[in-house]
Amino acid sequence: MSQFAINLIFVGGSFALYIAIAIWARAGSTKEFYVAGGGVNPVMNGMATAADWMSAASFISMAGLIAAGGYANSTFLMGWTGGYVLLAMLLAPYLRKFGKFTVPEFIGDRFYSKNARFVAVACLIIASVTYVIGQMTGAGVAFSRFLEVESNTGLMIAGVVVFLYAVMGGMKGITYTQVAQYVVLIIAYTIPAVFISLQLTGNPIPPLGLFSEHTASGMPLLQKLDLVVRDLGFVDYTADVTNKLNMVLFTLSLMIGTAGLPHVIIRFFTVPKVSDARWSAGWALVFIALLYLTAPAVASMARLNLLTTIYPDGPTADAIEYAERPDWIKNWEQTGLIKFEDKNSDGRIQLYNDTAAFKETAQARGWNGNELTVNNDILVLANPEIANLPGWVIGLIAAGGLAAALSTAAGLLLAISSAVSHDLIKGSINPNISEKGELLAARISMAVAIVVATWLGMNPPGFAAQVVALAFGIAAASIFPALMMGIFSKRVNNKGAIAGMLAGLLSTVIYIFLYLGWFFIPGTNTFENVQANWLFGISPLSFGAVGAVINFIVAFAVSSATEAPPKDIQDLVESVRYPKGAGAATGH
Amino acid sequence: MTEHDRNAAAYWSANLRLIIGSLIVWALVSYGGGILFRPLLAGISIGGTDLGFWFAQQGSILTFIALIFFYAWRMNKLDKEFDLHEE
Repeated sequence: MSQFAINLIFVGGSFALYIAIAIWARAGSTKEFYVAGGGVNPVMNGMATAADWMSAASFISMAGLIAAGGYANSTFLMGWTGGYVLLAMLLAPYLRKFGKFTVPEFIGDRFYSKNARFVAVACLIIASVTYVIGQMTGAGVAFSRFLEVESNTGLMIAGVVVFLYAVMGGMKGITYTQVAQYVVLIIAYTIPAVFISLQLTGNPIPPLGLFSEHTASGMPLLQKLDLVVRDLGFVDYTADVTNKLNMVLFTLSLMIGTAGLPHVIIRFFTVPKVSDARWSAGWALVFIALLYLTAPAVASMARLNLLTTIYPDGPTADAIEYAERPDWIKNWEQTGLIKFEDKNSDGRIQLYNDTAAFKETAQARGWNGNELTVNNDILVLANPEIANLPGWVIGLIAAGGLAAALSTAAGLLLAISSAVSHDLIKGSINPNISEKGELLAARISMAVAIVVATWLGMNPPGFAAQVVALAFGIAAASIFPALMMGIFSKRVNNKGAIAGMLAGLLSTVIYIFLYLGWFFIPGTNTFENVQANWLFGISPLSFGAVGAVINFIVAFAVSSATEAPPKDIQDLVESVRYPKGAGAATGH
Repeated sequence: MTEHDRNAAAYWSANLRLIIGSLIVWALVSYGGGILFRPLLAGISIGGTDLGFWFAQQGSILTFIALIFFYAWRMNKLDKEFDLHEE
């Protein structure tokens, strides 16, 4: 059977499963559409949250980022998991007790202000739409590489599948497909990792393999990797970083941003009780950790594997001849994600770090510039081929990558459509809308959101990579602080909350625009995006944490200068703090 | 202040104490062990590298999981002790 047929069976089979779930889990009421009826088992919800959270970025890109950056990119590992501690202790249980359908609804009620609700809706939509673009482009890459269809055709197929289960089933359909998608993606991620770990270290458990002995050289794997990269002019894989302030703030921004992303928060509205919301956050992190503990192992092993493929006799000996390159390099060259240029015309592939400091060594070896460019994103996708694994593992990776992208896309689309139908239509434009009318409005908003997302996936703005920073920045600087103050302070009032959200939002967005271009239009940036220009060495990606601090300070300052919230609002804060009396999630 | 209010206030400050304690550990393993104190831990080697690297790539995540389950277990118990649990 051809590799194409195998991939088709795996991807087609997983899609058929999602559609079957969609038919089984149709939503009959707004409560089912928004919060899956509020009866999801906490372990199940943990699994669905893990799929909801782990996007194309986690599945496809993260290991590649760590492989390229080594220790310095541990920020992603800590940042994208540490947010769950904040979620479990500072947000999820209380918002579950509040018991309504959307994040802006809490902000609107707690700060007794329609304007606050609008600001929250705006932040939610900007953060979620920017995030969804990344998922659709990720799905496009997986389609074009594995199914040999046009990226656009692939995106349309993906759009139709998401349409089926998200429009019919709402949160109910999404929840149970996410559970299935988690199973697909975690199997797809771990199987190649286990084989690679076995090949390199003899240890079948990748997180243990990472700290084990490299069988071929007899020295610890990480030490071997340090030696190899050093010989090629790269910074040591385990080298410490100098800009610690930026590393701390970047990690903090990712953590706060994670906790403030609405599509993650609303997953905790679906469990029956407050105590379940607490357990569920723990289970979510367990399921996430299965991938996040494997990723750094995949990263270091794939990097070592790549370099030993290029330099079979060690980095100081001759590199392989281009004519004898393995098949996987040929396959990926066709996608343009691997590029080769024989700069010194010796017919061999020299891969090294082309810096001034390394120039002399390179010249002594007869090298005339780095000849192989490898896109970080292919590491995970090409893993089975690099490790010579059978064809079905490649099919599994294709299905897994798509599961990761589609599960996150569906969660984001639900957050967007519920903000439109529940917060804008029901909450403001037409408060007297019937239950049936609102359900229809929710389905229509979902359908429109899917069409927009698919279109954006086909015509990705040139700045797709940067906008993820914007999504995290907005969630960290505006949504998270507003929610936290709404629960932990009775004194913060409507004026304080709105001023705080706007201050956090604007400071973060402006700081990002200053370095990455106004509205991300290339060439319009005020300062060149290099460390020397950053305020106190804080990169634009790390500014979300600073924006959050600004939000807190402004909100407290404005609140203390104005009147305290009315008694019924203070009672509302009291009531979300105590689990007693929590009903199921209700509309109004 | 009624008896009910006093009970509720005691429950809330117990929750706050638990959160602060947990977040101190949360910060110590990630920002401390994984980033700021890494040079201090450089002497402790583990699998070809140092303890700080382990905290950054594995230790923090494992600690985070333990923290959430510990918090959930303690709070669900406190809910009952203060008779503020759900029916």
